[in-house]
Amino acid sequence: MALALGRALLGPSVYDRVLAANMFGTKTVLLLSVIAFLYGRPDFLDLALAYALINFIGVLAVLEFIRRRASNDTAINGIDP
Amino acid sequence: MLLDIASWALLSIGGIFVFIGGVGALRMPNLYTRIHAASLTDTMGAVLIIVGIMLQAGVSLAAVKLAAILLFLLLTSPTASNALASAALLAGLRPGDTVATHEEQSE
Amino acid sequence: MIVLFGVFLLTLMVITALAIVRTQHLFVAVILTGIFSLLMAANFFLLDAADVALTEAAIGAGISTVLFLGALALTGEHERVSSSNRLLALSVVAVTTLIVIYATFDKPHFGDPLAPVHQHVAPWYLERTPEVIDIPNVVTAVLASFRGYDTLGEVFVVFTAGIGVLFLFGARPRRKSGSPGIKVAEPGQGLRHYLIPRVVGRLLIPFILLFGLYVQFHGDYGPGGGFQAGAIVAAAFILYALLEGEAQALRVLPQRLLTGLIAGGALLYGAVGVAGMLLGGNFLDYSVLAADPITGQHIGILLIEAGVGIAVTGVLLSVFHAFAGRRRR
Repeated sequence: MALALGRALLGPSVYDRVLAANMFGTKTVLLLSVIAFLYGRPDFLDLALAYALINFIGVLAVLEFIRRRASNDTAINGIDP
Repeated sequence: MLLDIASWALLSIGGIFVFIGGVGALRMPNLYTRIHAASLTDTMGAVLIIVGIMLQAGVSLAAVKLAAILLFLLLTSPTASNALASAALLAGLRPGDTVATHEEQSE
Repeated sequence: MIVLFGVFLLTLMVITALAIVRTQHLFVAVILTGIFSLLMAANFFLLDAADVALTEAAIGAGISTVLFLGALALTGEHERVSSSNRLLALSVVAVTTLIVIYATFDKPHFGDPLAPVHQHVAPWYLERTPEVIDIPNVVTAVLASFRGYDTLGEVFVVFTAGIGVLFLFGARPRRKSGSPGIKVAEPGQGLRHYLIPRVVGRLLIPFILLFGLYVQFHGDYGPGGGFQAGAIVAAAFILYALLEGEAQALRVLPQRLLTGLIAGGALLYGAVGVAGMLLGGNFLDYSVLAADPITGQHIGILLIEAGVGIAVTGVLLSVFHAFAGRRRR
């Protein structure tokens, strides 16, 4: 998880950071499942499940944002040469 | 007893995969290679870790929930990587570049 | 072992927070904020606060990020460098930090059973819940029944926030008159041309809705309840809007329906309270809702959690559409 955070901080382009955020989310889901299980609280698996779904939606939202910004720039500045 | 050994083995190997993925994401030179490193190892590591825990759970509601988490991760994680790669490709980031050359080109 | 995890998470959180403050690129700040919320949720989870962790993960790490991105799409991406009096601000922060650290010297140790928190109110709730309400999840019992009035306040805060945003933005985005003559792909099409995310997303949406309903009604027995369920259901519809485009999503759930949901959820909560009064008890006293007081409690909790969930879904979706439906000027 620390490594993913490192990539999020460093990543030279936008997409790197999104990748890192997604990876981070998946690792967190795994971590939560393992801890939930090791400490004998199977109810907490709901939490991992919820976050797995939310993470996915977050990544798609980010991509939509980037795509929309790109098309907005094109609309304002004219077709990109 | 055998079950315990099996699940610890799976958990450890899963952990190693996840770690390799992290290192790969940091050290690879280019976005696309990073995506490759991160998503492949993520998915494999997730499968191993969750199956490892499922072995511990036996047949119970917890196992069903774990199976559901595994299913969702298997569906969503590769899809997210695909979407990310498509977005980058559509924005013009070619697989051969490092990001520095891409930014030079769009100056 | 848990302490080790906890310290690790807190360290990552400090690093993330420093990065958020230092970066000038707002998009990066938004993504880092999402990661920060997730770390916080993991922290809550380690402290055994499952309900709070679920709410933080669903709303802070998921929906908040989407809403921030919607706001960013409308404004600039770089922060303006503000040159104000740094020294004064720094000294105020330093003094406050020292005072807070001094205050922590008096706090009881982590998890100390002799702490005042564990002596008076908590054992009372833990004892009374099986007698009076009889549901396994004490958090929901306290939230919905013993402290129902506070939760009524929370629902009205959410309601007010939704109404506030709708006032500021207007329920329908105004069409920009005189659009530029350049042909550009209609931004409202959503991610339609990405086939794989679209297929997988459409496959997942019913399951997310089902899971949201599960969280809503399972709140009595495990982590869950109205706030979390509202966020998850809203996330499902946001996913639909992302994949199919704004216009389609507004056709499926028109804005008037969403406004009705916002008001309806708060109304449901209040109505349960008033029904309690009309049936002879106090405001928000659920015991009189049925012949058996415990059944009355169950019915009351079910209804108000439903009210909370409906209101939260309505507000989150309205705010999302308010941001996402507007084009950048």
